[in-house]
Amino acid sequence: MIDSDVFVQSMQDMGVNFFTGVPDSILGGIIAELIIRGVYVPAVREDEAVGIAAGAYMAGRVPAVLMQNSGLGTCLNTLISLNLIYRQPCLLLVSWRGQDRSDAPEHRVMGEAMLQLLDTVRIPHRTLTEKTAVEDVRWVIDISTKMQIPVVLLLAKGVVRGLHP
Amino acid sequence: MRPEEGTLISRAQAIATLLELLTDQPVVICNGFPSREVHKIADRPTHFYMVGSMGNAATIALGVALVKPNKQVVTFDGDGNVLMGMGTLATVGALRPKNFIHVVFDNEVYGTTGNQPTISNVVPLDKVAKSAGYVNVERVLDRVDLVYEFKDMLKKDGPSFLLIKVNEFVEDAGRVVHEPPVITRRFMKAIEG
Repeated sequence: MIDSDVFVQSMQDMGVNFFTGVPDSILGGIIAELIIRGVYVPAVREDEAVGIAAGAYMAGRVPAVLMQNSGLGTCLNTLISLNLIYRQPCLLLVSWRGQDRSDAPEHRVMGEAMLQLLDTVRIPHRTLTEKTAVEDVRWVIDISTKMQIPVVLLLAKGVVRGLHP
Repeated sequence: MRPEEGTLISRAQAIATLLELLTDQPVVICNGFPSREVHKIADRPTHFYMVGSMGNAATIALGVALVKPNKQVVTFDGDGNVLMGMGTLATVGALRPKNFIHVVFDNEVYGTTGNQPTISNVVPLDKVAKSAGYVNVERVLDRVDLVYEFKDMLKKDGPSFLLIKVNEFVEDAGRVVHEPPVITRRFMKAIEG
C-alpha cells in the first residue's frame, strides 16, 4: 500500500499545486495529508470544486480535484460545459466506490457504469496501481496538459493508505 | 407582487454603471443574458464569459481570487445562478477571501429561459450571504446607491456581496462572439502577473 504522504509528495513533485475537493473514505489519508501541508481548499459540492479548480487553472496553477465517484454525477455538467468546452485541464482523483458488490447499495450503479460514463463523455481515465503509481500519475498529468481537458485517476480501495487502514 | 418594482433599473444599466468603475479587475460573468449583455456593453479580455455550468460563476471567481490574493476579483451573477449554487455562498463565507466581490443582478426570474419565476422574491439572497459570512453586504435599488456601494466595496476588504434589484428588461444582445477556448486563453493572458 502507498503511503498518503508519498503519494501527495509525488503529485507535488510533478507540478500539481492546487488541491480542492469533497471527501471520501478512500481518499481520507490523502486529504488529511493535504490539510497537514496547508494546501487543501475544502468545497461543499463536487461541481463547486471543479469550478474553483478551473479558476485556479486560469490563474496559473495546476489543479487537482478529489471526489468520490458519486460526485462525478454531481459535477458532470460542469466538466462538460466548462472544462471540455473551454479546454481547461484538471486532474480528477476519483475514488472507485462500488467496485464490487460488497460496497454500500448507493454505490452499485455508479460503480458499474463509471468507466462507460467517462468513455461516453470522452474523459480519459486510468486506474492507479501500486506497481505503476508514478507512471499513472505522470500519464494523467501529461494527457490532461496535452489535451487541455480533465483526466480521471481512479483510486480503488487499499491502493493508497486511507484513514482506516 | 413585487413591491420594489417601478424603482428599478435594468440589468444592462447596472452592468454599464459597474463597468465604468472597473478597470483591469478579472470579472467572471454567469451564463445566459448577463454574459451577452456584458459582452455587448464592453468586451474586455479580463472578462470570463460563461455559456454553461450554471451556478458555478462564483466558484470560478473564487478559484482566481484564492490564487491571486493581490487582485480584486469580481463575479457578475444572477439570482437563479446563486440559488443553484447556494453552497458556494457558504464556502466563500468560510474561506473569507478579502479580494472577492460578488455582484448579483436579481430580477426574480430565469430570464434566459423565458422569465419563469425564481424564489428570490421570498428568499433574500443578501441575508443568506450575510449569514454565510460575507463581510460587506448591501442591497441596492437604484443607480446612485449602486455607484456609492460598489465604489465603497472596491476600497474595502471583502468578501463583499452586492445585490442589485433589477427589472426584467433584456438588452438586445447576441451571443458572445468568441469561442470558449479563446475566452479561456484571453482571460488567462489578461490576468497574468
